[in-house]
Amino acid sequence: MGPMLILLMFLVILTIVLVAAVIGIYNALVRLRNQVDNAWSQIDVQLKRRHDLIPNLVETAKGYMTHERETFETITEARSRAMGAHSVSEAAKAESALTGALSKFMLVVENYPELKANQNFLALQETLTSTENKIAFARQAYNDQVLFYNNKIQMFPSNIIAGMFSFTKRDFFEIEDAAERNVPKVSFS
Amino acid sequence: MWQQIRINKRNSLLLLMGMGTVLASLGFLIGAAIGGVEAGWIGILVASGIWLIMMLTSYFGGDQILLASSRAVAVTPDVHPQLFNIVEEMKIAAGLPKLPKIYIINDPAPNAFATGRNPENASVAVTAGLLARLNRDELQGVIAHEVSHIVHRDILFVTLAGVMLGTIVLISQLFLRGMFYSSLSGRRYSSRNSRDGGAQAILMLVAIVLAILAPIFAYLLYFALSRRREYLADAGAVRLTRYPEGLASALEKIAGTNINMESANKVTAPMYIANPFRGKKAAVNLYSTHPPIEERIRILRNMSHGAALADYEQSYESVTRKKGMIPGSALNDESVEIRAASADKRPVSESRQKREMGDLMRKVNGFSFLACPCGIKMKIPPNFPSGQIQCPRCSRVHTVDKGKIKTSA
Repeated sequence: MGPMLILLMFLVILTIVLVAAVIGIYNALVRLRNQVDNAWSQIDVQLKRRHDLIPNLVETAKGYMTHERETFETITEARSRAMGAHSVSEAAKAESALTGALSKFMLVVENYPELKANQNFLALQETLTSTENKIAFARQAYNDQVLFYNNKIQMFPSNIIAGMFSFTKRDFFEIEDAAERNVPKVSFS
Repeated sequence: MWQQIRINKRNSLLLLMGMGTVLASLGFLIGAAIGGVEAGWIGILVASGIWLIMMLTSYFGGDQILLASSRAVAVTPDVHPQLFNIVEEMKIAAGLPKLPKIYIINDPAPNAFATGRNPENASVAVTAGLLARLNRDELQGVIAHEVSHIVHRDILFVTLAGVMLGTIVLISQLFLRGMFYSSLSGRRYSSRNSRDGGAQAILMLVAIVLAILAPIFAYLLYFALSRRREYLADAGAVRLTRYPEGLASALEKIAGTNINMESANKVTAPMYIANPFRGKKAAVNLYSTHPPIEERIRILRNMSHGAALADYEQSYESVTRKKGMIPGSALNDESVEIRAASADKRPVSESRQKREMGDLMRKVNGFSFLACPCGIKMKIPPNFPSGQIQCPRCSRVHTVDKGKIKTSA
């Protein structure tokens, strides 16, 4: 009778501990997944801000840059492709194309001193620099979160719970072109 | 980052418990020295009562008191759009839940601090001198340093420890002065019955020794930990911006100016990014609130492999030849690339900087500016009555109407 009771109690306690551990790990995984989602939405906010900024920028610059129709078309096209993207990798590709088009545009701006003297344009320029930085920092924060989350669902023991409740790995927001890696410097003096 | 917060929490707790013990024993001993062992408990009660009142005040109003005593003014984005942009960039990089409130201090000395009890109630204050001198990358480095303080919960620590320190100093001072005056007037507090006289005298002696030593001990502990937190905030700043040179050259510019901050004092000094008092260039000692700025610059410039916490740690070890200061569990094997500089180099002359600083200070104080087509810029004070102003150079007449300006030829 005695040993049976002890064994029973041991099993009960073991079950309680195990269940508590599973609940704890599950909740931690949910929290991490939400943080990843939140970080992703932060990138989204900044990308939308850039999309909103472009028509204004093009409108201001058009009057001065009469011979750059091609440049404006590339930007507008890249913008609409980025706005229509569906998956993370598709969006990443389209957005980095847009970043490239914008930095090319900013190089061309150097040839138009009257435009660079325009107060309105200067303010837009600071906003664009900052928006590019915000995109880069939001992506940086997102990738940090994804790394943390992916590590968690691959490591023991949380990988077991992650498998049971189908927590899946997330994609990093990566840039295709190695030359585009230093994006925070879409800078113009 | 997360591990860093956890370790900071534990260290803060240990420090506060240590200081709490000192405070309690101080209260007990003083009470016991004055009126016997039973009064010792009352002493503890009084000490913790004083602490509690100061604690609550500073927890809920500390940031406002600090900002007001530094003469910081809350500003709107139109006063300095770039500053707002940079703070928001760092907020995103650090994943803060809310944009910190932004203040500008009308002081020509370049400096900055952050305050607020948690990331939801944080504020960042920078001086006009800082804004005039730094370029975009440098300002970003400084803001990243302040945001790191917010993320690491350093501000809460400084507040809690500062209050504890203040209470210990206050009680010790009260006791020692009380002793001094009562011995002058020849009255004695203790030994109503002569049997206890010996023990009472010993208690009194211990209390006096503790009242002298406790503040020193508390100061040393406080300063040592605040120095460490400066290094940690530097490391965090580099990790956020991925650009050590920005903070390094900002610190260099800050170190290069020899202006004392008028609006800082001894208690608020540990809050600033660099020691606001420059008078004597003493080597780092036990009373320093900040590590030597040259050493911080050397560590930052020595980071060539990457911008991760581990890279800062490595650089710290090779520059100071001391053991590392970032706890091992916060160092993961992430690799973080250093980014390239942005192009805003700010090649402006000193006189232009001074003029910009003056304009900024006036803007903070509610001045508006009137640019006459002839090239002259007039400064209109906030209490200027509506009316007409004539340009002193070309005698065009401008009409000012409640801040709105119209020009007529």
